[in-house]
Amino acid sequence: MSKDKTLGETLQERGISRRSFLKFCATTASMMALPPSMIPVIASTLEKVRRPSVIWLSFQECTGCTESITRSHSATIEDLIFDTISLDYHHTLQAASGAAAEHAREEAMQENHGNYILVVDGSIPGENNGYSTIAGISNKDMLLDTAAGAAAIVAVGSCAAFGGIPKADPNPTGAVSVSDLIKDKPIVNVPGCPPIPAVMTGVLVQFLTFGLPELDHLGRPAAFYGQSIHDRCYRRPFYDKGLFANSFDDEGARKGWCLFKLGCKGPTTYNACAVTKWNDGTSFPIEAGHPCLGCSEPDFWDAGSFYKALSAPTGAIGKTAVYAGTAGVIAGAALGASLRARKQSAVKSHERVTIDDLDQES
Amino acid sequence: MSANGMPVPDFAASAPCAPPTGNLVPLLHEIRHALTCWLEKGQEHVIDLRGIPLAPGEEDSLLEQLGEGEVKARLSLMGPSVIIETRYPGVWLVTHYSEDENITGRFIEVCEVPAILKSQTDDIRTGLERLEDQLSNAEATV
Amino acid sequence: MTDTEFLLWVRGPAFNTAVFIMCAGLVIRFLEILLLGRKADLAEARGSAAAGGLRTMVMRFIPDAGSFQRSGFTVVSGYIFHIGLFIVIFLFVPHILVFEAATGLNWPGLPSNIVDAANVVTMLALLGVLIHRIKDPVMRMLSGFGDYLVWFVTFLPLLTGYLAFHRVGLSAPMLIGLHILSVEILMILFPFTKLSHAFTLWMARWYNGAIAGYKGVRS
Repeated sequence: MSKDKTLGETLQERGISRRSFLKFCATTASMMALPPSMIPVIASTLEKVRRPSVIWLSFQECTGCTESITRSHSATIEDLIFDTISLDYHHTLQAASGAAAEHAREEAMQENHGNYILVVDGSIPGENNGYSTIAGISNKDMLLDTAAGAAAIVAVGSCAAFGGIPKADPNPTGAVSVSDLIKDKPIVNVPGCPPIPAVMTGVLVQFLTFGLPELDHLGRPAAFYGQSIHDRCYRRPFYDKGLFANSFDDEGARKGWCLFKLGCKGPTTYNACAVTKWNDGTSFPIEAGHPCLGCSEPDFWDAGSFYKALSAPTGAIGKTAVYAGTAGVIAGAALGASLRARKQSAVKSHERVTIDDLDQES
Repeated sequence: MSANGMPVPDFAASAPCAPPTGNLVPLLHEIRHALTCWLEKGQEHVIDLRGIPLAPGEEDSLLEQLGEGEVKARLSLMGPSVIIETRYPGVWLVTHYSEDENITGRFIEVCEVPAILKSQTDDIRTGLERLEDQLSNAEATV
Repeated sequence: MTDTEFLLWVRGPAFNTAVFIMCAGLVIRFLEILLLGRKADLAEARGSAAAGGLRTMVMRFIPDAGSFQRSGFTVVSGYIFHIGLFIVIFLFVPHILVFEAATGLNWPGLPSNIVDAANVVTMLALLGVLIHRIKDPVMRMLSGFGDYLVWFVTFLPLLTGYLAFHRVGLSAPMLIGLHILSVEILMILFPFTKLSHAFTLWMARWYNGAIAGYKGVRS
């Protein structure tokens, strides 16, 4: 594996014309919502990038993120870039396994110490390290060990970024996120369940071209997670006009009205779904008629029902009100009775003033 | 069309309609301004259509208005790309597709000719090496 | 605590607590008033108490000419912010969903931008009311801590609602969470402050009307 060639040289070797490379840079700039004037910048920077070593660790995950990122279309430049980034370790994708694979990982870590990118998907059992192991090494140990020599860490998917579904109540494995365990390295969170494939590759391209991207308060790249679904949703005019679907497949739903009443978490979810969409820009959940689940936000599995509106309380309010009323009746009756008793005793002990009393005072 | 004998609803007919964005005319004005700048100062301008919110149907309306001129080029660049000079010379429509014909990018370029249409220096250099190889092989076999 | 955890907490246990305190508190207040009882009117009835009570409950919505002349500003601004509160609370679809969750009842709402405008008008009216309360010497003398507190807990949900709707300043979960929290504070204080007038006014109007009706006079 030669790590001396630049990306430009590698693409040339593979017979990819510069025209094709320019096409990729143009479509990438468009996807990252950068102005067309940035296309030459992306091109000149990317082609000079030397194949960075990437180690991909998969922990407690469903492999959806790996599927999403590899499940593109046909062979594209993104796939090539992944080939050329020298993916030194990915235990789902690689052919080797067991001791040989771990040896390869350690070798890559040593050779590129301080320079490799660590990509993580899946959550990590924080305490009991026997819940999830690879080649006899616990997830937590492997993460801490590999992170020590990494230049930066990309936590792909909601599990790695925030804990995801393993962390959902009751969290039997004590799952935590990457940022819960690593405190001394730059971490880029790319959440989503799974993240949009174009976003995953876009983050990597952005990272290679411009270095660490601007991150929001949850460590997500602002370029892709800066806007909420609600702010870019094409159904927003219906929300503003107060036109909502009341149930699935009712008249409002068929007219494409807002799905707020059906539990849409769009207002509190930050992701690129409404703009970049899925399956090469085909559609996204709301456009398909299903309310947003909020899958790129922390703890979205435990955030109240997917089908309960954001403004509605999550508890059984009707019952609470009845209990409160009952308690109020009891307390009120007792209070009222005691007040009445006080009033009656006041009346009883009321001393009437007689003429004689008045005379005495004069 | 039906599957398993059950009628399949016509989704296109019941597709939800979105209100128009009103971005069509401003876009055309931007193109007009870009053409003026090119004539006066030779300045090129690129518009990323993906970055402009357009309701369904508005993009088609825009492309219809721009129309097709004298030049149509189809490029094979890991998926096709189609470059059309619109009915307004100097206004080019560049559409990039992935290998399975999904649109990955669409730009309007106001220039003499879009940069991607021109032959690239690196590619010319690689091609020259190939030609030199071929010639030296041909001479060797003679 | 993350933004999401905060939002979940205000939508969950905090809301439950607020509903409990508000409902129990209101029932206690009602019973307190009712069980204290009233002295029986031993005179002979000269008119219908019930008719008087019912009539007064409705007619008191119309201000009498005297109070209009004496404190026109209070009357007008009072009408504006009460009507505004009604629109904002009961005719905004996300709020209607809260009532539906509690009672199962549903009704149509107004377009959200109209509710937004009503919110702004209500906030302005409330600010005007506060300024009047501070500047007018009689009002200033009459006002106590409770009056200012009640103004504040009424204004806060309107302000946080505006910020949440326009998504200004903080993250969306935080804005919505703060709004719901401000409503919970209002709900908890409701039965124990003058705010309870929203529920007790019906009793007050009834009794005033019934007493007068029994005597055969207009109330």
